[in-house]
Amino acid sequence: MRLGLLLIEPPGKPASGWIIGIWVVMLTLIVGLFCSGVICGVAGTTLGGWESVWFYRDAFWKGWLLTIILSIFSLAGSLLIGLVAALARRSIILPLRSLALLYVEVIRGTPLLVQILVFYYVVANGMGLENRLVAGVIILSLFSGAYLAEMIRAGIEAIPSSQIESARSIGLTAFQSYRFVIAPQALRHILPPLAGQFASLIKDSSLLSIIGIGEFTLAAQQVNSATFRTLESYLPLAIGYLALTFPVSLLSKLLEKSMRYEA
Amino acid sequence: MKLEALGVSKSFGGGDTVRQVIADLTLKVEFPNVLTLLGPSGGGKSTLLRLFAGLELPDAGSLILDEVVVPREETPLRAYRRSLGVVFQSFNLFPHMSAFQNVLLPLTAVHGLDKDSGSDRATEVMRRLGLADHGDKLPSQLSGGQRQRVAIARAMAIRPRFLLFDEPTSALDPEMTAEVLSLIAELRESGTPMLLVTHEMAFARRISDQVAYLANGKVLECTSSGNFFACPTTEQARRFLEKVLSY
Repeated sequence: MRLGLLLIEPPGKPASGWIIGIWVVMLTLIVGLFCSGVICGVAGTTLGGWESVWFYRDAFWKGWLLTIILSIFSLAGSLLIGLVAALARRSIILPLRSLALLYVEVIRGTPLLVQILVFYYVVANGMGLENRLVAGVIILSLFSGAYLAEMIRAGIEAIPSSQIESARSIGLTAFQSYRFVIAPQALRHILPPLAGQFASLIKDSSLLSIIGIGEFTLAAQQVNSATFRTLESYLPLAIGYLALTFPVSLLSKLLEKSMRYEA
Repeated sequence: MKLEALGVSKSFGGGDTVRQVIADLTLKVEFPNVLTLLGPSGGGKSTLLRLFAGLELPDAGSLILDEVVVPREETPLRAYRRSLGVVFQSFNLFPHMSAFQNVLLPLTAVHGLDKDSGSDRATEVMRRLGLADHGDKLPSQLSGGQRQRVAIARAMAIRPRFLLFDEPTSALDPEMTAEVLSLIAELRESGTPMLLVTHEMAFARRISDQVAYLANGKVLECTSSGNFFACPTTEQARRFLEKVLSY
């Protein structure tokens, strides 16, 4: 009962002393456990271990760069797909709407790993698409596009109907309304979650290692199997991803602040 | 200006919640400057204005403005809307654009002015409406009265053949209301005919040539402003005036 209370404490209401106490103890325990694990692991590494991994720094570097390239192309692809799907979801043509809904539901209802396997081994294979990188970008774009479609749709629908009415009353065409009124306002709503989605995309690209795309995660796995140095291979992997996602997350927070304006 | 509504009906909603707002309404009125629609809330005033503004389509009947029938197809209807200036209760400015850009957008995007002549026109109108110092501000940085003046500037700048005001002061405090009403009174002299929906009785009495009293989706009375306020002929209008003028 009291523990339940602890979890539903509404934000903004100052927590009482003993609740803060419990939080502090719990957090200390969790953080302490995690840190001691990492410290023990790092302590278990040897200079030789780090040296043998250092020998493969080129593989890390290439994998890391490939992850960036995959992410950027997938971002562009998912923006395009997301925009088209979002507009299709709002279309007055019913089959188009249903198709877009089906796409969004199927993608959001299945794991990315399954999508990668199905697309690469079934669809791409059937279409004779040999290039793994292209296949990887297509899969990630399709995956991320479904989430972006919903964000874009929500962004458009967040615009009050009085704005669209105002656009109509001054005589803008539908396209002009999107261009001058809807898109600029929707963009401000969408940009922060969009940056978040980009961070997810970077992380999700790690799953492409399963179909043998030599991105960052696969590179680390290969280094691991060549050196038998687990922590020395995977710690740089985690840090490498953080080095990509952290700036994006900062950017997202910055955008959120600067994009705010009163309606 | 001559306004005609012939057997116009308009309902909203569907299924069990259909609400008829305009019921077989007929109105024929001619006026030099200002026609004001008065009546109780929900009586159909705003809807009738929106029908004449081309923002709603009637379920039945037709609307005629100076011998021109309001079209029903989207493309000619858009051309029709372009010839009018509409001012809304809640201003409906574009919040991501400066006041100046709000006034400029219809000029360049819709009315084919190039950037220079559009800017000149927008600057001139804003100066005339006392907004010269506020061009660079976003709507959120302006007071309610200033926002409504920007909205009026946006409607005026295109040199419309007809101006429609839908409760332009209902979202404003008394001081700002006075600011906007005196501006509308000034605009009366500029010669563009106006259709006005308002709850400001004293103002309506002073500014209107003709008054139409609407209740339950019908025009119960349409006469000169002087006549209407001095001796309303219908019982309903008389009670309405008694109520609103008693304070």
